[in-house]
This record gives sequence, structure tokens and C-alpha cells, in this order.
Amino acid sequence: MATTATAAPKGGFNFDYYARNEMLAEKGVKLPKATKTGTTIVGCLYKDGLVLGADTRATAGPIVADKNCEKIHYLAPNMYCCGAGTAADTEFTTNLIASKLELHTLATGREARVATAMTMLKQMLFRYQGHIGAALVLGGFDVTGPHLYTIYPHGSTDKLPFVTMGSGSLAAMSVFESKWRADLTRDEAVDLVKDAIEAGIFNDLGSGSNVDVCVITKGNVEYLRNYKKPNERAPKLQSYKFARGTTSTLTSDFRKFVDVIEGDAMDIS
Amino acid sequence: MLGFELRELSLNFFILSFYSHIFSPPIDAIIDMNTGASNIEHAFSPYTDNGGTTLAIAGEDFCVVAGDTRQSEGYLINARYSPKVYALGNNTVLATGGMHADGVALVKRLSQNLEWYFHKHDKNMSATALAQMLSTVLYSKRFFPYYVWNTLGGLDSEGKGCVFSYDPVGNFEKQIWSCSGSAGHLIQPFLDNQVGHKHQSNVKHHLLSLETVLKIVKDAFAGATERDIYTGDFVEIFIIKKDGVTVEKFPLKRD
Repeated sequence: MATTATAAPKGGFNFDYYARNEMLAEKGVKLPKATKTGTTIVGCLYKDGLVLGADTRATAGPIVADKNCEKIHYLAPNMYCCGAGTAADTEFTTNLIASKLELHTLATGREARVATAMTMLKQMLFRYQGHIGAALVLGGFDVTGPHLYTIYPHGSTDKLPFVTMGSGSLAAMSVFESKWRADLTRDEAVDLVKDAIEAGIFNDLGSGSNVDVCVITKGNVEYLRNYKKPNERAPKLQSYKFARGTTSTLTSDFRKFVDVIEGDAMDIS
Repeated sequence: MLGFELRELSLNFFILSFYSHIFSPPIDAIIDMNTGASNIEHAFSPYTDNGGTTLAIAGEDFCVVAGDTRQSEGYLINARYSPKVYALGNNTVLATGGMHADGVALVKRLSQNLEWYFHKHDKNMSATALAQMLSTVLYSKRFFPYYVWNTLGGLDSEGKGCVFSYDPVGNFEKQIWSCSGSAGHLIQPFLDNQVGHKHQSNVKHHLLSLETVLKIVKDAFAGATERDIYTGDFVEIFIIKKDGVTVEKFPLKRD
């Protein structure tokens, strides 16, 4: 349905340009590609709660777009959500549901339940028929205890004691399948999640850089950003600093063209 | 570069027209215009890209040829140490990028030609003669090419370092520095600047020392590993001098 000056937009996605873009693509026009987070994200339950984990590489095709991005998103004080797939979709979807959960908490006067967040997410993703490319691992601790879900882009969900998602999910799952136990301690669970993410980092080309971890227990969250950095860059073997005057200039007398209004020095530390 | 783009287009043309029964894309939906029914055609593709990056830099009396050793397919690492740079025995080194199996087949064929040449002429083939032969061999498979981007390094008749770079169907050029492969577009401008002294005023062009070249090669590969997912694990560096070839293995990040 076309939106004109007389008809107000109804909200949600607008598919008007879909046919046009198909036609343009057929004629050889390249459409811009969204940044995908070829990813390893995991979660596992343990004795007193649950642990979420993620790598920190974002890719654009074969190129590493971000070496240290954050894939564990905030949903509520007792809930976090790992995102894989289209970076923008995971970011905006979790933001939107975080807002809705906040309003829900205010309206009900209770802490939101993990099942509520899961239902909101799956209903939204199902409504968009997979066009929102968000593959999520949702974890939280509510009045009914710890919960761990996976949510697929089309809206299906699983509730399991240990889960993995993203392009590194098979590497990570192999670690869980060989070492996970129901009576894991906190430190054992964090270590297992770290191992699972590292399996993705080293064996899946879509995953890389650092390990982020988030431990959620009754009434407490420990967000361990860059819990492990197994891929620090070695120092360069020589300096590539250019001697002054290497770049030729037509003139350096530019100050007559500008007015400097504020004089705060730039922080270059 | 542009020359090859055109060739690549025509290569696709041949795959899709003459050999369509064998080489069409993996899955093709063919829709019957009368009934609207569609058959899914499954076809085998003889080509795959195994990623990786190669590079070569010529010096006054040496030549350095290097390549990373990661062999990959899609998001999978097939091998962390699978060399794609080969010392050919006549004091030349060939770096092959693209499809690993085609690189192996090509090197096997070149080695055999080099051996025949040796028995026939009682001397090793020169680097320049090999450079021309490689082009001929590649073009001999113009319509079913070796899916390989080659870079050949050696010493010319005066003992000076020389580099030759090729496209898959035999177009080649003598150069002082060159790189290709999955991170070729990341490293080439760095080499243009640091080896060719491009965009630097007040700098007299000079060939670099071996020590500097080795530092630049290692830094280039370490940098490429940061941003290209197909480059990593190790870089194997071949140094060609008049008295022979030496090899150095330098570790890269494995993520």
C-alpha cells in the first residue's frame, strides 16, 4: 500500500520498494549490504543461574568491520540477550523489546519474566516473516528461576539447558556436548562458556577477537566485557611515521579562511 | 586489472553457455512457462575459492615471495598449514592463490616441464623463460582455466630481483612488487606506498634492503590478518638469492 501525502503511514516495514529493487537488481544494480555479525553466541544454565557468552567480531562479507563489538544486549535488569545475524536488526530488536519490558514492568509493578520477553520477541519476529534477521540467545532470572531460550529469525523458539547460535554454533555446541553438566559451579560454567566461544573464535572465520561473558543469578548480573582477549595484536616491526613534509601541499595558509570559535584542545591521548 | 575483469566476464559467459549442463550455478530453478512448474537442477561446480593472500617484492640482488598458509572454504578452515608458495628448483618461487587443487596441479605440470627442459638443454630454465612458459601454460587452458592467481619471483639474467604477476588465463606483467588474493586489495596500496614510495614527496625512489622488505612483509600480513577473515595462521616467506632459496615461517593470528 503506497503512502501518499493524504494517507498517514501505518508504521512497521514498508515493502513498496521491494518490486522496484527486484527490477533494479535484475538490471545489474547492486543493492547495499547490511553488516552481518557472523557470530558465535552461547548460553548455559548452571547450579545457581546462567551464563551468556559472545565473540566480538562483526563482518561485512570477507572483511572484519568491527574487531571489538558488543553482542550481549541489555533487555531488563534481570535479562540479557545475545544477538547474531544482521547487526542492525539485533540492535534495534533488543532495544525495542527492552523499552517494552520497561513499560511492562511499570504497568504491572512486577519484574518482567523471561517468558514474557521471549514471547514479545518471537511475536515480533514472526510478524516480519524472517525479514528481521535476528537470531537470539535470551537469558534471564525471574521469579520462576533461571531461563534460557534461543529465538530464530522466523520466530521459532527453544528452551534448553545449553544453547548456541550463529555461524560458530557448531564449534561451540561441540564443546557444550562434550563438557556440560547440570551441576556446574559458577566458575566452571564461565570457563565452559569461554571455551565454547573460543572454539567459535578459532574455528569459524565469521567469529573472532575477544570473549564477552555475562553471568546472571538471582537478583544479580555480572557483565564481564572482554572477559578474555586471546587475540591481541603483536607490535609492528617498524614505525610507519612519515617525516614532516612528506605529503605535498599547495598551501598551509588556511587559517585566513576559518574562524576558530572554541579553543578546547582535542584529546589525542 | 581491468583487462582481467573483462576476461572474467567472458569466462562466466562460457561457463553458462557452452558447458551449462556441467557448470551452471549449484542450484538453478528452471520454470516451465506454460505450466508454471519448476524443476530444481542440481549441478556440480568444478571451481572453489580457498582464500589466502600472496605477495612478492624484488630487491637489487634478491627477491622475496610470501604467502599465508591458511586454506579455507566458506566460513571453514580446511587447514592452518597448507603452503601455496612453491620453490620450483630453478631458483624461482611461485606463489599460487585461488583454488588450492588447481595450484597443486599447475605446479606439478610446471615442475615436469622444468625437468624436461633440464634434460634437453643440460641447464636450468631461467626465471624469465619460466615466466613466459607459465603464461603459455595458463593460456593453453583458456576455456577451462586453472583457477589460480600466480605471482612468480626470481632473479633475472643480470642477477637482479624480478617479480611477475598473472591472471588465471595467462596475462602477465613484470613488476617490482605485487600482491594478490583475498587481502590483495588491502596490501597493494600499502606496498605502493612503502615499496614504491608512492604519494611521498621529498623521497628519492630506491630499492629496499632485504631486512626492510622482511619487516614490511610481516607487518603487511599481520595487518591483513586483522581485517581479512581468509588470511591468517602463518606466513611463509621465501628469500631468493643467487646462491639459493631460504624459507622463513612467521606466525599470524589464528582467529
